[in-house]
Amino acid sequence: MDLISILSIFVMACFVGYYVVWSVTPALHTPLMAVTNAISSVIIVGALIASAAEGSQFSTYLGLVAVVLASVNIFGGFAVTERMLAMYKKKDRKS
Amino acid sequence: MPDMHELAATPAWAALAYLVSGVLFILALRGLSSPGTSRRGNRLGMIGMLVAVATTLILHGTGLIQISIAIAIGGVIGFVAARKIAMTDMPQLVAAFHSLVGLAAVLVGAAAFLNPAAFGILDAQTGHIQSISRIEMGLGVAIGAITFSGSVIAFLKLNGNMSGAPIMLPARHVINLGTLAAIVGLVAYFVTDDSHWVFFSITALSFVIGFLLIIPIGGADMPVVVSMLNSYSGWAAAAMGFTLHNSAMIITGALVGSSGAILSYIMCKAMNRSFISVIAGGFGGDAVAAGGGEKVERPWKRGSADDAAFLMSQAEQVIIVPGYGMAVSQAQHVLREMGDLLKAEGVRVKYAIHPVAGRMPGHMNVLLAEANVSYDEVYELEDINSEFSQTDIAFVIGANDVTNPAAKTDKTSPIYGMPILDVEKAKTVLFLKRSMGGVGYAGVDNDVFYMDNTMMLLGDAKKMVEEIVKAMNA
Repeated sequence: MDLISILSIFVMACFVGYYVVWSVTPALHTPLMAVTNAISSVIIVGALIASAAEGSQFSTYLGLVAVVLASVNIFGGFAVTERMLAMYKKKDRKS
Repeated sequence: MPDMHELAATPAWAALAYLVSGVLFILALRGLSSPGTSRRGNRLGMIGMLVAVATTLILHGTGLIQISIAIAIGGVIGFVAARKIAMTDMPQLVAAFHSLVGLAAVLVGAAAFLNPAAFGILDAQTGHIQSISRIEMGLGVAIGAITFSGSVIAFLKLNGNMSGAPIMLPARHVINLGTLAAIVGLVAYFVTDDSHWVFFSITALSFVIGFLLIIPIGGADMPVVVSMLNSYSGWAAAAMGFTLHNSAMIITGALVGSSGAILSYIMCKAMNRSFISVIAGGFGGDAVAAGGGEKVERPWKRGSADDAAFLMSQAEQVIIVPGYGMAVSQAQHVLREMGDLLKAEGVRVKYAIHPVAGRMPGHMNVLLAEANVSYDEVYELEDINSEFSQTDIAFVIGANDVTNPAAKTDKTSPIYGMPILDVEKAKTVLFLKRSMGGVGYAGVDNDVFYMDNTMMLLGDAKKMVEEIVKAMNA
């Protein structure tokens, strides 16, 4: 991909983000932060490339550490979002 | 030349897979437009992540064993943290998670810098990293490092390991601007010279500036800080996506970046403060001088739990206004119990949430949801504010500045212009507060305390509500 196509994706995604996020209900702003945190760990893609690469042992180690950190976020972020979202309920409780 | 292209070009199927994963992330956020669709959204986000990781592993399938171990270690830590964390500690957890994204971005940037060929960013003719990649990499590492050190400070402040009070260095604006200018200059210089010292100076200075930026910011401004760091973690991911030419990372980075930016904007607006003034810091420190002009003793009324229980059970409608104090004393469960008892007596109970109540956006909503309060009883400021004048009782628990009418009338007040919940319009205000001495984070006195129709309930929020519940059951 050349720089212009990447830049186009980026700019379009900013607009999509703008409209999607404004439509998020304020009651769910905390889960929003948790889930955006989880998905920003897509940086694990870079970490995996670094871990799998040959050529620099040190760079592999850096990659592996980054994989650990990003995994904490991915599992933690999605799990905590799931836990929070499960609590948002309407009337149907017992007492 | 050929090997560079071999590494740089992503096969069409993989590029499509990354795109799919990006779209799934968009749908994940879209799901949050209502609690009903939110869980499906979260699942779609998980699938998106799975697609991105699987695609990368298929493309670069070596070292699978170490990688699986790394994922397993991180996964277990993350999962356990997510399970164990108390809902009141959510702001700390989010700050901690942001710091990890930031650090991961720095490590990936460093790995790419040390082994550019693996990332397809080596210019085969010169043997150096391509110039455009150097800008992207420099920016990515800088933003990542700021996210990391800033989030660590935010975590320490939120977790109480560090005082929430602003820490002011002399000449901090000069130091901060100088450091920022140095970072920008180094990133520009990095284009002409990709030596190690340039790269690592950018990284080191960015760690320092993240630290310097957050220490002068007071606890009550944390909702803005947490949102801002959320935004930064997105931009860091996007910058790395540019380096790796990866659409999933770019789309996600842009989504997260705009999400955090919008949340920061909403929080600033809810405090009627400019983003610049929040970032400049110091709020809560010098406000005391501004607000403490006349400190005269004024008469106020003190009520007991029995009084509160009686008044509320006689009411037609009670609006509960929770604030950070409720979170601190973990009063949300017993508060819901009180609400249930009132409803059993035929009282209408509603909850009014100010956008900056608590330490992060939506903090109160999560706590009430945890306590099993139905979300259709919980209202945002603009939806409920007109109702206070027709309400018998406003029950303020652990909130202060967000109810202060000085924001509407007193031009000299540090909180002037901030939208507030009009509790003073209710027939009776029950104001639950730890003591009369303490003022809110803004350091200003609240006229509501001294109104004829206000009854102060002094004590720990949880204990007081427990006593009210006991009185109601009696």
